[in-house]
Amino acid sequence: MTERLGIVTNASLEKGADVRLDSPVSVEDMVVGRYVTIEGQKRRFFGMITDVRLGVTDERLSVSPPDIDDPFIKDVLTGTSTFGQIHVTPMLTIGGDADSMLEGPQPVKTIPTHFSAVNLASEADIERVFGKEDKERFFVGNPLDMETRLCLNLEEFVKRSNGIFGKSGTGKTFLTRILLIGMLQKSQAVNLIFDMHNEYGWQGTSEGGPPVKGLKQLFADSVAVFTLDEESSRRRKVSTDFVVKIGLNEITPEDIAILRSTLNLTDLAVEAAYELRKRLGRDWLNKTLAMDEEEIREIIKGATIHESSFQSLKRGLGTIGRLGFVMPETKDEAVSNILDFLQQGRNVVLEFGRYQEISAYLLVANLLSRRIYSRYQQRMEEAIAADNEAMKPRPLVITIEEAHKFLNPEVADKTIFGTIAREMRKYNVSLLVIDQRPSGISEEVMSQMGTKITCLLDNERDIDSVLAGVSGKNELKSVLSRLAPKQQALIFGHAVPMPVSFQPREYGSAQSYKDFLPSDKTATKPPAEDIEKLWE
Amino acid sequence: MRFINNRTDKIAEVIEASTAQFTAQCYELYGLPPLGSLVKTGDIYGIVCHAETAGIEPGRKPIARGKDEASEEGVYQSSPQLAKLLRSQFTAVVVGYKDGDRIYQHLPPQPARIHGFAYLCQPDEVKEFSESFGFLNILNNAALPVSTEELVSAALRQMSLAHEDSRAFLVAGGKEIANLLSSDFIRLKNILGRLK
Repeated sequence: MTERLGIVTNASLEKGADVRLDSPVSVEDMVVGRYVTIEGQKRRFFGMITDVRLGVTDERLSVSPPDIDDPFIKDVLTGTSTFGQIHVTPMLTIGGDADSMLEGPQPVKTIPTHFSAVNLASEADIERVFGKEDKERFFVGNPLDMETRLCLNLEEFVKRSNGIFGKSGTGKTFLTRILLIGMLQKSQAVNLIFDMHNEYGWQGTSEGGPPVKGLKQLFADSVAVFTLDEESSRRRKVSTDFVVKIGLNEITPEDIAILRSTLNLTDLAVEAAYELRKRLGRDWLNKTLAMDEEEIREIIKGATIHESSFQSLKRGLGTIGRLGFVMPETKDEAVSNILDFLQQGRNVVLEFGRYQEISAYLLVANLLSRRIYSRYQQRMEEAIAADNEAMKPRPLVITIEEAHKFLNPEVADKTIFGTIAREMRKYNVSLLVIDQRPSGISEEVMSQMGTKITCLLDNERDIDSVLAGVSGKNELKSVLSRLAPKQQALIFGHAVPMPVSFQPREYGSAQSYKDFLPSDKTATKPPAEDIEKLWE
Repeated sequence: MRFINNRTDKIAEVIEASTAQFTAQCYELYGLPPLGSLVKTGDIYGIVCHAETAGIEPGRKPIARGKDEASEEGVYQSSPQLAKLLRSQFTAVVVGYKDGDRIYQHLPPQPARIHGFAYLCQPDEVKEFSESFGFLNILNNAALPVSTEELVSAALRQMSLAHEDSRAFLVAGGKEIANLLSSDFIRLKNILGRLK
């Protein structure tokens, strides 16, 4: 079913096409973000409505308006002297010949001819562009105002680092849950989720509703919940697989450098940490905390550290030492356990329990990720050296929240996440970044993200940073800033052929959980038509 | 508005004809078709754009006769020669012609013939003719003795009577004019104001 909207009256590749609406079509039915197709002479174009306008043929009409109470005059003028216009940004095109049909949609390099007809995109059109749900594609939601299922190719999705952005309360967490389930089902990748607010593992909260199920409740076999805070997990009746402890002996000066601003350390204090490590060796942190006055004096003298820097550092280290999950010494068990689970194809959610302060999150996420990443790097290099595909570790996606704390320009070079984001898939590790202040993330990291999904953002700088480098930025900006405050998102980038605003699929009702579970039984049953054929 | 008793009858005879318009004299005094109505002579269609009743001799003007009469009709009854001394005639602007079964809404190759009979078109024919609005452009550009706004609106009003849904017809016609007069909203407003 196609619905004709109007005709193209003006177009440029750079600025998009102006479409004059036919008189029965009301501008009020046209919403920014909807999909349309343009039937050119030789090819079809797919585009998105990015602006809606009113037009008049004679300026005098707006100066001395007609008698609008008269329905007759209104009927006559609608669509003739006064008309609706939409602005369409063409994004993809399919040629008319057989070859280009097979090739599928291509990025737009030309524009439709004058007076090409413009239709609302039908469900079949959307399906042609985004594909059907299959073993790689996962149903993530519906394009705005449409019933069609929008499917995302998750195999492609996990090949790059990706970002989910949006103001707080716009549904980032729900969206992330849906994507995590998708990755779990449709891709080879395993996930490691640093779950700051205990939202993903066992059960999560929903604003003004009952709690929603977490990943483990739905997929007990393929999800493991690790916790930093056993007590809190037990209180919340979460069945955990492992309790993570961090040893002071595992913390390096690099970890302290990232915590500089959260621990309120001076640059010199961070320098002091490197100096101490050099002098005291691997167990520098334990030794530093245990020093008495005498030893302190001695080391300050020998190592050219200013006393105030040392005190500042010591205060900061004390804060770390007081965290409940920090032990004087551990044997790297957490990392090897996580790696074992990941290697078995089980996704790991690390709950932070009551340790929701940002310093704990930064410390743990960075520390664990760095070690995991270095193991991955090692294995990957071995696999490449042996030229053995089977030796390559499973692709890993690390999910981090509050990403701007890890990836801001100041620390992005120092954290492991900056490295992962930049080096992309070289070592089979990528990031899923969740953040509400994308403008805080380093430009370099943002530019390396493959697919970005963004819920409503209303800060100009955040919008700019999310859309940086996207073609048709200004048009998308108007789409983005008009998303509903809840449960609407815009996705664009590597994994989708063109940007699309959509409503994420339902998450939270009994039926929605059922829909997520793989329907193996129904898949093996032959479709009804085939049975019909047997009778012929 | 006067009605002609039998609408299929000829009502007038062409006495002057050119490519763009023709003038016909009515057989009956005051037997004039309404302003804006569709008339035809031969295969040529016209829209009545002007009508007049005057003495047959240009030099002789009628004089007032009804001082002692009780009614206007009485004037004509007591002076029966008046019907012969006065005549009604109308001018129609040519808006199209019929060739075989097809109606063309542009000027015919030949003008109407003198002494051709003129008929008032019947509703069916009006309906058939008004399926297309090409004539509006001719009216819009013709040199007319009355204002274009008046004639265009009169023509559409007359034609709308032949349509069951006359409002829908007027809206469609109005839209056509709106397109023709897209750069002249004031004229458009004047016409639309006369269509109601």
